[in-house]
Amino acid sequence: MESDWHNYNDSFADNYYIHVTTRIAAGSFTWQDGHSALSKDGGRVMLECTYPHMDDNVSVSPKPAPVSKALPAVTPLNPRRRGIIIGASDGLGAALARCLAREGYTLALLARRSELLELLCDEINRASNENRAFAYHHNVAEYDKVPDLLRKIVSDLGGLDLVVFLAGVNHPPGGMDKYNFENDRKMIEINLIGAMAWLSPVAEMFQSAKAGQIVGIGSVAGDRGRVGNPGYNTSKAGLATYLEALRNRLTRHGVNVLTVKPGFLKTEMLKAAQGVTPFAIPPEKAAEDILKAMQKRKQVIYTASIWRWIMLAIQHTPSFIFRRLSF
Amino acid sequence: MSLPLNTFTQLENFGHSLKASSYRIQIKKTEDIFEAFQLAKKLGLKVTPRGTGISYNDVSLNGGGIVLDISGMNQILEWEPASGVIRCEPGVTLERLWQFVEPNGWWPPIVSGTMKTTLGGCLSTNIHGKNNFRAGPIGEHVVEFTAMLPTGAVVTCAPKKNADLFHAMISGLGMLGVFTSITLKMKRIHSGLLSVDAWHAPNLSRHLSGLLDNAPHYDYIVGWLDTTARGRSLGRGQIHGAQQLKEGEDPNPQETMQLKVQHLPDRLLGVMPKSYLHYFMNPFMNNLGMQGINMGRYVTGLRRHTFRQSHAEFHFLLDYVPNWERSFGRGGLIQYQSFLPKETAEDAWREMIRLSHQRGLPSYLGVTKRHRPDNFLLTHAVDGFSLALDFKVTDRNRAKLSQMLQDFDRIVLEAGGRFYFAKNSETSCETARGFLGDEVIARFKKLKKRCDPNNLLESDLYRRVLG
Repeated sequence: MESDWHNYNDSFADNYYIHVTTRIAAGSFTWQDGHSALSKDGGRVMLECTYPHMDDNVSVSPKPAPVSKALPAVTPLNPRRRGIIIGASDGLGAALARCLAREGYTLALLARRSELLELLCDEINRASNENRAFAYHHNVAEYDKVPDLLRKIVSDLGGLDLVVFLAGVNHPPGGMDKYNFENDRKMIEINLIGAMAWLSPVAEMFQSAKAGQIVGIGSVAGDRGRVGNPGYNTSKAGLATYLEALRNRLTRHGVNVLTVKPGFLKTEMLKAAQGVTPFAIPPEKAAEDILKAMQKRKQVIYTASIWRWIMLAIQHTPSFIFRRLSF
Repeated sequence: MSLPLNTFTQLENFGHSLKASSYRIQIKKTEDIFEAFQLAKKLGLKVTPRGTGISYNDVSLNGGGIVLDISGMNQILEWEPASGVIRCEPGVTLERLWQFVEPNGWWPPIVSGTMKTTLGGCLSTNIHGKNNFRAGPIGEHVVEFTAMLPTGAVVTCAPKKNADLFHAMISGLGMLGVFTSITLKMKRIHSGLLSVDAWHAPNLSRHLSGLLDNAPHYDYIVGWLDTTARGRSLGRGQIHGAQQLKEGEDPNPQETMQLKVQHLPDRLLGVMPKSYLHYFMNPFMNNLGMQGINMGRYVTGLRRHTFRQSHAEFHFLLDYVPNWERSFGRGGLIQYQSFLPKETAEDAWREMIRLSHQRGLPSYLGVTKRHRPDNFLLTHAVDGFSLALDFKVTDRNRAKLSQMLQDFDRIVLEAGGRFYFAKNSETSCETARGFLGDEVIARFKKLKKRCDPNNLLESDLYRRVLG
């Protein structure tokens, strides 16, 4: 291997990719600095470097113009609300992100799956022709990372008016006679403790600012403990109670806390539900319901709204009947 | 020092048309400023100094970052009643200042239309008063100031000491450092009263020539412009010229300089508390109502008359009705102030006022003043006039108003005009470059790099116009 340095100056490297092609087989090898990507090209190894280290087969191609990450200037005549959506990569989160971006929100979108998030941000920003959505990789179970990330996002967005927590997992035990502590624990860790890790600092900030809006996505499954999925029921019931407590603390400070209880949504999570899934609605419809409820500063909504009446009946079903049911 | 979450505060501009939440740190002493800079650096946040926060725009807002509330640094450090030189902390308000010096026969050389502003804020935006054509901006009356730079260095600047920094930090929008003490020279007065002449101007041409020709005869001059008048009456208004009383003209100066003479009454006709007045003004805050009010005001001011008025009453018109800005409703208000050379002002403003009528977006209040240039770096002054226009913001008029103000910007730039960074909230980066010039911006950025190498000081305004 040659190890000569090419003398490309900084501004050249800023504007051009420099491709260095070698005949080395793919494997692990270390470059001194600068390589940014590695790909196979017909048996050859293609390296994209800022500063190539060798002589053979060097070619250059222009870099695409850098994409501005700048926020649009916020003025009295161009006001913006800033929101965080935790769990935004697909399903209801993505639908809500699109919906709020259309409303003019500037959004921080959080999820574990970075590629999906990037695609979503790209789609939203292109549709609105300005930077309205920004992706942040985050795993809700990493509670310790929340304070720093929250501060960074608030700084990046230039303030904070809305936080939507909808990260959630559903791991059913797989039958009325099956028990799975690991699954239950995961659901509590993400659906409940994850929410508390985010909403606790957010509540303190909003209480202090005497403004803001918190939206938590619970579930109709939290309204009653049922035979199918005790862990999930518990996580969502806990979340609903937690949100109610925040509401009771924060309403007097001008902060709105909205609990959303979706029924069945036509998303990935629906596949986890066993049996029939009546009144399933597309996530876009649920996102619109949530937006309307946010604008009216409601406290608890069901989506689709028919679930309010279904759950009313289920909640009032006496235990001596309910414990004999297998649903 | 840590950053407690309960410092998170929603801050607003004066017109309640802009909101931004930030971590507000209360500053009591110089060391607190240094600690705040260190903290900001550690956490990767930006810092903006803020006084009482009553600019019309985002000069003291910093969404998502740290706002240094210096209003608690409000001690008067030294006062020499013989020479009229006073040294204050930056959080001292003009209200505190004039009330402190007036009983000794002094008055601040420059005051804004409200007395709620802090000296730190006044220097950062280099405020002007109704005597700008005579006395220049407040910066010309600063004997010396000290400031802490984000590097932790404390600098002392005077017109002949660190002169480049002196002329850049005054007018520098708080983006080079934070003032820690300010020494000002007060102006001698021989009475607590001013002699005010009031007369009307039937159109824009007479209005501007009235300001131009009469300014040399007065200490202060200010015009009110009927923004709703059209046709031949376009630009009509009323001019107030005021003179300080000379020694001997006031038989009882000791008495008129008492604070109780200067006190703005807090009840209307002795009965209604003025703090409620804005509720009654609200129903008139529409195009028709304001046309009526502007016309009424013009007609009642037709007779030329002379009267004596206390300093506070003459200068602090914006404090006369407390919370008057609330009467503009939920969307709040914005102000658009343009500074134009005396040669081009008339044509440009005629075009702008006509445009506002055509688009159904008349301004509700217009105020004119006479100005002269100064040599501060980010200066807004010209040898000419300024016109400040207040606009009501509603959910429905935002897009139209925004478009119109962009057209205004173009008209003003073409006429060789300038803008004031404590007022306009919509000025774009391009417009700022248009009137400041690349060379001035480069000089400011160079100083910024020297004073603030890590770019810790940034406000929403800075990002909007100079970022």
